Amino acid sequence: MGDSGAGFDMTREEDGFVLHARGDWLIATAADLDRALRRLDQLGAGEHLTLDLGGIDRLDTVGAWLVRRTCGALESRGVANSVENVPPAFAPLFDQVAKGEQPVPLVEAPRNFAAVIEAGLRYVGERTVEAGAAARDLMGFFGLIIVTWLRVLRRPGRLRWVALVAQMERTGVGALPIVGLLSFLIGVVLTFQGADQLRRFGAEIFAVNLLGIGILRELGVLLTAVIVAGRSGSAFTAELGAMQVNEEIDALRTLGLDPVEVLVLPRLLGLILVMPLLTLYADLMALVGGALMSWLELGITLPLFVRQLHGAIGEWTFWVGVLKAPFFAGTIALVGCHAGFRVSRSAESVGRLTTLSVVRSIFLVIVIDAAFSILFARLHI
Amino acid sequence: MIRIRGLTTRIGGKVLHDRVDLDVRQGEVVGVVGASGSGKSVLLRTIIGLYEPVGGTVEIFGRDLRALDEAGLHALEACWGVLFQDGALFSSLTVAQNIAVPLKEQLTLPGNLLDEVIALKVALVGLPGDAAAKYPAELSGGMRKRAGLARALALDPPLLFLDEPTAGLDPIAAGAFDSLIGDLRASLGLTVLMVTHDLDSLIAICDRIAVLVDKRLRIGTIDELLRDPHPWIQAYFRGPRGRAALSGRG
Repeated sequence: MGDSGAGFDMTREEDGFVLHARGDWLIATAADLDRALRRLDQLGAGEHLTLDLGGIDRLDTVGAWLVRRTCGALESRGVANSVENVPPAFAPLFDQVAKGEQPVPLVEAPRNFAAVIEAGLRYVGERTVEAGAAARDLMGFFGLIIVTWLRVLRRPGRLRWVALVAQMERTGVGALPIVGLLSFLIGVVLTFQGADQLRRFGAEIFAVNLLGIGILRELGVLLTAVIVAGRSGSAFTAELGAMQVNEEIDALRTLGLDPVEVLVLPRLLGLILVMPLLTLYADLMALVGGALMSWLELGITLPLFVRQLHGAIGEWTFWVGVLKAPFFAGTIALVGCHAGFRVSRSAESVGRLTTLSVVRSIFLVIVIDAAFSILFARLHI
Repeated sequence: MIRIRGLTTRIGGKVLHDRVDLDVRQGEVVGVVGASGSGKSVLLRTIIGLYEPVGGTVEIFGRDLRALDEAGLHALEACWGVLFQDGALFSSLTVAQNIAVPLKEQLTLPGNLLDEVIALKVALVGLPGDAAAKYPAELSGGMRKRAGLARALALDPPLLFLDEPTAGLDPIAAGAFDSLIGDLRASLGLTVLMVTHDLDSLIAICDRIAVLVDKRLRIGTIDELLRDPHPWIQAYFRGPRGRAALSGRG
């Protein structure tokens, strides 16, 4: 049976059927053997089958297990059977395989329509509960940081100054090129598009007003926050997550060090200090881009640009943008570090939580920005 | 089975192995021991082609690994199983799916047979049945190691590379592991090259031992190595742990 050299022949002898196994009963031939052996189901109850294994050349665990499974299946249908001529070299394999008698629970995929609907509903429900739990967790983490912060405030020597400066360098200085370039380009684009529309009213000079207010109040800080969330928020999650996988955070705890104090505070504080400066820098670069575009496209000279800008912005316009920066920074660092601590011991969860941390921090940044808009509108600034 | 000639490896400018020779014969279990950081794992990884050596040749089943093309290497990889130090299970797959990876890659088995083979492998390495549906992150270190072994044994390969197979296992599980390797060798003619520090399993199942000292290998049976005057080898086998393990020998 089969041309792979593995198989068996059946003969009828006076005391019942005899199965003469031959060839290689290996995993590579198991598919053919499996199909052939299942045909033994035709044997009726009361018959007797002898399995003669003398002709087997090579046997592995799967081959041995096929023999055992066949015997078990025959037994359960009332076919008496016996195994003979087991080559002595193969005997230990059968002992090993005997351990394999256990059912393995297999997860069944839902099949019918109701089950699919139910799975869908359950998915939505689980996600909702999860989101609620994550929000509660995040608030708890926020509280923990405040408590730690108050404790450190009483003894400022405990703050990791070196780590703080290192974080400020990485998240601040390191972000300068990309923040500068993108702000410059946004300034150029905003001026160009604004001028293009306003030219229809002969009011292209107001493109400077659009640029000044748009960048200083909203775009400068939002752009910086999005870049920082992508650059540093994800790095916080990945770093802390990898430390979690490596059990480094547990090691810190056993050494009497508070992970929040050692790892989170320098990151959080560093980002809060550096983000207003980054915002200032982004504002400047965007205005430079806008000024360049005004001069090239609209023929507005620099003195005229400055005078127009000065007239457009109020005393609060710049501060409205910069004031939001520390809040955005705190949100990004909080979400990033919190996600890092939630990593479980698998590579997949590091990736999942890093994505989650970036998406969630950008989402929260925009929600907080909207809240600030309402607040500033009430304050008439 | 394995024939290594003049193998030299260098990592970060430091020479780890200096013209190492090693032969592993069919059906033999060879243990590699050496001080921490002496490059045992690197040797294993070089043999299976994960590291490129600076010089020398590695032949497995009589074929030079570096002379093989893609298809040849693929076919050869089906003939050996590798157990990494911490199991190296794919963390996004369950244990059962991990074991299914080599089975699906190299063979086409019908679905129910595949499930049965996976259940068999899970049982062979002594894992409880409900572990099959779990993810590696949900298992203890020792269970991850066994799941890794189940994946390495999935294709019943004639050649097995093991990196610290019994480290982190309790003595009973380590003993069961030794007897599993012994049984598989008796019936499958399994050839094993393992890096280990477990003196009991060295004595119980290794035919020969390769000691990595001074960037070279000293190879021999335990009795031969006991006569070797090298101070590290003497300290290794004649230390209190070595004596305890040797005294238990039949």
